Amino acid sequence: MPEMTTMPTSTDAPQRSAPRGGTPIRPLQRRRTWGVSPVREAGPLTYIALTFAVLLFIFPLYWMFVVATRGNAAIAQRPPAIAPGGEFAENVARTLENEQANFALGLMNSAIVASVTAVSVVLFCSLAGFALAKLRFTGRNAITLGVILTMMVPVQMAVVPMLIMMDAFDWRGDLKAVILPFMCTGFGVFMMRQYALQGVPTELLESARLDGCSTIRTFWSVVLPALRPAMVVLGLLTFMQNWNEFIWPIAVLGPDNPTVQVSINQLNRGYTTDFALMFTGATFATLPLLLVFVLFGRQLIGGIMEGAIKG
Amino acid sequence: MRVLNHDEASADVGPPAPPDAPRESQRRRERRQALRSRLDIRLSPYLFVAPYFVLFGVFGLFPVLFTFWISLHDWGLLAGNQGFIGLDNYTFLAGDAKFWRALVNTLGIFVIAVVPQLVIALLLADTLNRRIRWRGFFRVGVIIPYVTSIAAMAVIFGQLFGRDFGLINYTLDFLGLGTVDWPNERFASWVAIAAMIDWRWTGFNTLIYLAAMQAIPRDLFEAAALDGASRMRQFWQITIPMVRPTIMFTVIIATIGQMQLFTEPVIFGRGYEGGTQGQFQTVAMLMFQEAMDYQNFGYGAAIAWVIFLLIVLLALINVLFISRIRSAD
Repeated sequence: MPEMTTMPTSTDAPQRSAPRGGTPIRPLQRRRTWGVSPVREAGPLTYIALTFAVLLFIFPLYWMFVVATRGNAAIAQRPPAIAPGGEFAENVARTLENEQANFALGLMNSAIVASVTAVSVVLFCSLAGFALAKLRFTGRNAITLGVILTMMVPVQMAVVPMLIMMDAFDWRGDLKAVILPFMCTGFGVFMMRQYALQGVPTELLESARLDGCSTIRTFWSVVLPALRPAMVVLGLLTFMQNWNEFIWPIAVLGPDNPTVQVSINQLNRGYTTDFALMFTGATFATLPLLLVFVLFGRQLIGGIMEGAIKG
Repeated sequence: MRVLNHDEASADVGPPAPPDAPRESQRRRERRQALRSRLDIRLSPYLFVAPYFVLFGVFGLFPVLFTFWISLHDWGLLAGNQGFIGLDNYTFLAGDAKFWRALVNTLGIFVIAVVPQLVIALLLADTLNRRIRWRGFFRVGVIIPYVTSIAAMAVIFGQLFGRDFGLINYTLDFLGLGTVDWPNERFASWVAIAAMIDWRWTGFNTLIYLAAMQAIPRDLFEAAALDGASRMRQFWQITIPMVRPTIMFTVIIATIGQMQLFTEPVIFGRGYEGGTQGQFQTVAMLMFQEAMDYQNFGYGAAIAWVIFLLIVLLALINVLFISRIRSAD
């Protein structure tokens, strides 16, 4: 993870190349290796504590996989099974066949909803964030404040009026109902603004203007490439958030046209408990996110940490 | 521009001839271009921020205000609006034992979830902020729970905290500590739900704190170490004060999230009732139950509006409380 370890020293970057020019290297090296103090050195206890924490964090996922690859007997088995079994294919087939859960449709719907909202949030929020950070116009500060204030409004609780509205639009059970309201978020606008303040060089914008670029053209060919790191992070966060959305899809979509979370809730509602089925469904809902994490995890971690400093 | 001047000059002198037409059109084109460019500069910023405000207006501000309007009416799902009843829904709510129980549940789960979560996150961040091997691995390890499906993991935790076949009870029993009836005892059910929340969010907060800690100038620690301050002392006297704004930020975010707590307890209790006695029904679940199961939109809206107010109130208290601590220093 070279990207992350360089983060704290990123301000030293220009200096780091200085030694080539013959400047003394000593003090810099000392800073990067935490100086002379032995106090900040990690002892064995630190490693034990960290390893324990990581095991705790990973265990539920592992347990999910163990039961998903075994039958229901694994739940009651004493001592508990600790290794994966060989019934995964069978459980998958059973889960997909379950009519209450409608899992295949749920997975597809969730993939559509999460991807569409992620792309749209990234686009609209970049547009707005760029305008708030780099363009001059009357009312800019007031609008920025407006974004920050509206960010705090817990709109998820407004289920009742939203349902009445969706009935009026005739959008009940329609994916539009879980996509449109989430196509641009205040959090995203604010995040892109913070990034654009430093990440988009003003000189580039000016030269694009002198070349006769319209504002939207400048956005497309100059701003977007500069914003790319933040776009990846915002896209990931949005994808995960909408993949996990629960209260609104349950209210407006229902079991006939479910997202994957609704499917899980369906499996979870019966009076009998088929744990192998539920755990396999849970695996379905979790694997796509883990896959995304494997692909973009480094950017995600960097993004969360960077956002913490700037926000 | 120079071309344009030249054209104008010649147009003054020369007789009106056929070449005048293209010149005229060119001038008009350039004027139009200048106008378009001015319009572009003037209007673009507003057009760029418009999508957010349009969407927020339609799907944010309007529903929130509409919630209040609905809460003043007797409004059913099928029956529709049955007329204005003033604050009746709110007076009923003030006397509704279910609401107060749900409120106590929500606040109780909030406290036993958020306090350990943030304390552990601070400690983990402090350890990750030392010189350490496999730093990348540990960071990935703490953030993995954040990248899972909430409902899916609530299913897993529901089994882990099961009364009869749960692994946690098995382990407790194995250690000779006896078993706990997690879903049915009030406090125990809160602990189980808090465990799900903490499992997911501790690592996330750890990374946020770690970022804040890395921004602390290292000379501070070095100077303290040279002065003989222990690691414990450094943590309390340097780390904590320096990351205090970040702590405030995470507390507020946690407050907003926890007041709307819904997914974990719904999956844990397999419904909106929050256990046989409503022992872990949160206010969001009660709102949903009233609106969806009982189709009582007016009352559901009143509960939702109270949740808004609670969030604002708690956020304000957080800000006041923390700024008070700061000024006391």
